[in-house]
Parts: sequence; structure tokens; C-alpha cells
Amino acid sequence: MSKLVPVPSKSMIPERDLGKIPVLETRHLGIEFGGLTAVSEFDMTIGRTEIAGLIGPNGAGKTTVFNLITKVYQPTHGTTLLNGIDTYAMNTMQVNRAGIARTFQNIRLFQKMSVEDNVKVGLHNQTPYTMAEGVLRMPRYWSKERQAHERAMELLSLFHMEDMADVPAGSLPYGAQRRLEIVRALATNPSLLLLDEPAAGMNPSETAELMENIRHIRDTFQIAIMLIEHDMSLVMGICEGILVLNHGKIIAKGTPQQIQNDPVVIEAYLGKKKEG
Amino acid sequence: MTFLTYLISGISLGSVYAIIALGYTMVYGIAKMLNFAHGDVIMVGAYIAYCVMSYLGLSPIVSVIAAMIVCTLLGIIIERLAYKPLRSAASLAVLITAIGVSYFLQNSALLIWGSATKIFPTVVAGDGVSLFGGQVRITAVALTTILTCVVIMIALTMFIKMTKIGKAMRAVSEDKGAAQLMGINVNGTISVTFAIGSALAAIAGVLLCSAYPNLMPTTGSLPGIKAFTAAVFGGIGSIPGAMLGGILLGIIEIFAKAYISTQLSDAIVFAVLIIVLLVKPTGLLGKQIHEKV
Repeated sequence: MSKLVPVPSKSMIPERDLGKIPVLETRHLGIEFGGLTAVSEFDMTIGRTEIAGLIGPNGAGKTTVFNLITKVYQPTHGTTLLNGIDTYAMNTMQVNRAGIARTFQNIRLFQKMSVEDNVKVGLHNQTPYTMAEGVLRMPRYWSKERQAHERAMELLSLFHMEDMADVPAGSLPYGAQRRLEIVRALATNPSLLLLDEPAAGMNPSETAELMENIRHIRDTFQIAIMLIEHDMSLVMGICEGILVLNHGKIIAKGTPQQIQNDPVVIEAYLGKKKEG
Repeated sequence: MTFLTYLISGISLGSVYAIIALGYTMVYGIAKMLNFAHGDVIMVGAYIAYCVMSYLGLSPIVSVIAAMIVCTLLGIIIERLAYKPLRSAASLAVLITAIGVSYFLQNSALLIWGSATKIFPTVVAGDGVSLFGGQVRITAVALTTILTCVVIMIALTMFIKMTKIGKAMRAVSEDKGAAQLMGINVNGTISVTFAIGSALAAIAGVLLCSAYPNLMPTTGSLPGIKAFTAAVFGGIGSIPGAMLGGILLGIIEIFAKAYISTQLSDAIVFAVLIIVLLVKPTGLLGKQIHEKV
């Protein structure tokens, strides 16, 4: 196991990244749904190659934060800077092209399409040929499609899924579907990968393998990863910085060690200690 | 031998329905809407081809290409102006808008070209083919129609299966939100779908008017409705379904005309649709749609 990089307590930027612009920075980010505040005053920074965790009880607003960052919801408050660029005027597609990819809590693969085609949808913007070249089968179509095929296979090999390339995604076993979602997201060439409960429904040995894989992805692609997860062994095992969310507000920030011993966090998860 | 003759003219008529039905089914599959103006795009295509041939005196090939270009643009414009603002509106609003666009196109055609029936010039030259010592004759128009339909089917299937735009179309049809998060331009993909459907409508218009040369502003409506029926018959949203539905519908119509009654043929066609939908509500090749929770 590689050694964890020490994280400064406040800003969550690993030391080696301090000189660079963080991949993602949010300031006072928040959203209200008709007067109901779902998330408010969400401030955070993620370093260029950091693995960050977002935890909190059910209904705390974790997925809402992902939806704000990816512009599925337009925030009603605050600013999001992606590689130093404000994403206010961008839509979901543009945010993806600017470098954020994600997976979903309830798997949203293109079920009827093959495993390889799912990855190729992710590669769409890295496959530069025009519609006319595609229709007329010009040389560029062949060379770019071959490149896409090779890239898709290379990405699938991360999880040893090459031999499943022609299977419809919907017929894969559950764990493999979760892994394919990660591969599809990676195919869009992100600088920040958001994983929404990647270990949900996995058994302990699968989770341990996933942990190694997430670290491996960070090391090979040199990207930042932010994950929502309920499995504490995974969160504490790989995250360099952790944010705890409760009722739409950040209640704690810090290293796994700090979070584990934070009385506020323990209270949010387990309730208040009885007096007397 | 007359049976074979009827069968071939049924397949030929069905091929036209199939080409139109492809437009309905693709738009439904991707934008989840019924574009009832599709039939009138056929009519516009036929008028454009008519004008290019009769007034400009250019060759049939040029006229077909001109019709395709005009219809492609028309399809994209209709989508941008009429349907795109309603992307998140109730499906009933979109349906009513589509009917409105349909009337708009019919009445515009009435204004531009008048109500008098135009006689569509022959696009396909040649005598056709005779089989079995002249007992079965296939007209050149029928042959061209069937061949065009086969070529379109193969080209479209290859386009959707093997190009990145085709994959984007399939992705959008399954899950718009997820496609967008993968960096797919959903609006652009829907535009491309309308463009392809409308270009096919132009071809269908020319083929239809070559076989039945009376061109009026309402020429597109009944074939449009029948092609929609064919798309539902085959399973709306499914491309092979549209093909199969179209050809079966053409055969049923011609057989009903030949063996039962000319007046009742349309009634029989729609009765068959009702029976199929009673037995298999998703259509012949349609799949059960599982609502996501």
C-alpha cells in the first residue's frame, strides 16, 4: 500500500499541490428549492491529485452537492471554480467538457448498448470526425474509430473487463456495472472524477479491490477524485481529506484521523450522548 | 401470378411507408415526441422536387437532392422554433404544437402553390422488369422504391451502430441526463435526428409522388398517418420495427384493395393495427418500457 499524503487540516490541499491552482474550489455554494435550503455555505477545495471524501447521514445533501458541481442543478448561491474558471454560465455538457466526470448512486449506464459502446459514448468528444466523414466512411472515420476502440479497450483493461466488451451493459453483474460506470466517466478525460457511492452493494473483498483501483486510477491518470461513500473503511482508507455534511451544511473538515475523533461528527451519526 | 404482382406493389408501397415511419420512430426514440408534422414535410419535399424539375428543368437526381436539402433545413428549423422551447413541457403541449405545425405547413403550401392538383413528372425512367414471360411486371418506380428502402435501411443501421453520432443518439434515447453528463450535446443530437428524418421524408415524398402523381397540399397527411401507424405497428422507437411495420402495412393495404374492397382498404389497415395492439401492445418488435423510479 502506498503511503497516504498528509493533508493540511483547513484547505484540504495535499502539500505537493499547494503551489498549483486547485482543480475545484467552491465558495458559499448553495441551493434552495422553493424556500427549502438543501445545501448552503458549501466551501471546499480539492487539490489536483487529491482523493477527497464527502460523507454524512442519509439526506444530508451529498448527491445534491454533486448535482450542483455538475450543473444538473443551477446553484442559487455561490461560485464554483473549475481549474480556476467560473462554471456559472456553463451547462452540464460544458462542465463535463471542462473536466468533471461522474458516476451515479443508482447506476445509469446505457443498458441496451454494449460495454464497449458505453465507453465510446464517454469518448465522444475525444473522437474528432465530422458527421459527413462518418456517413461517407472517410479515412479519418476509420482511423479515429480505431483509436476510440483501442482507447476503450485500454480503459476497460483497468478493471479487466476487455472480454466483456460486446455484452450489453444491462446484463452485467452489479459490481461490474459499477466498475463500467467508472470506466465510462474516465473516458471523458476528466481532471476531477466524482464517484457517488462507488462501493454500494459490494462485498468487503470487492470494496477492498475497489479501494486499490481508485488509488491506481488517481496515480495513473493524475486526476483528483471526490467520492460519496457510506463504507467508512473505504473512506478512511483512501481519502486524504474528508468533508462531513449534515442538513446541507459542512459540519467538519479534515484528515480521516481528525474526522474519526470529532465529537460533532460522532453526534451527527450517532446522536447526542445522554446526559447523566 | 396476380398474387405476386399485388405482393410486389404492396412491398413497394410499404417501402414508402417504411421510409416515412423511420422519421417518426427515430424522433420518438430520441426526443420522446410524436412529430405529426412529419407527413407534411413529405409534401414539402415533393413540391420542391416538382418545382426543380418543372420550373428549372433540372434532372430528377438534382431535384431529389434539392428536396432533401430543403427538408433537412425545414426539419431543423421546425425543431428549433416549435419543439425546442417545449423540451420540458407536458407531452400533450408538444403534441398539439406538432398538429399546429402540420396545419401551418399545409396552409403555407396552399398559399405558395395553390389548391390545384399538380401532376408530378416521372422521376424514374425505364420500363421495369418482366418476370415469368410477362405474367408479372415490376414497374421501374416500384423497383427503385424497394431498392432505395433497402439501401436506406442498411445505411441508417450502420450509421447508428458504428459512428459516434449514432452512439450519441442511442445514448440520448436511453438517458438524456446521463448522456449530457458524459459531454454529449443533447440538443445537437436531437437536431441531427430531425435532420435525418426530414431528409428521408423528402426521398419518401418523391417516391410516393412518382407512384401516385397527384400532388396537393394535403398529399402528405394520409401517408403520414399511415406511416405513423406502421411505426406503432412495428413498435415505436424501434428502427427494424418501423421497416417491418411499413412493409406489412403496404402489403395489407394492397391485398385489402385487391381482394376485399377498395373503399374499405384503409379501414382494414387500421383494424389490423387495433388487433395487433390488443394482442401485443408494444407493437411487433417493441420492447416493454420499464419506468424508472
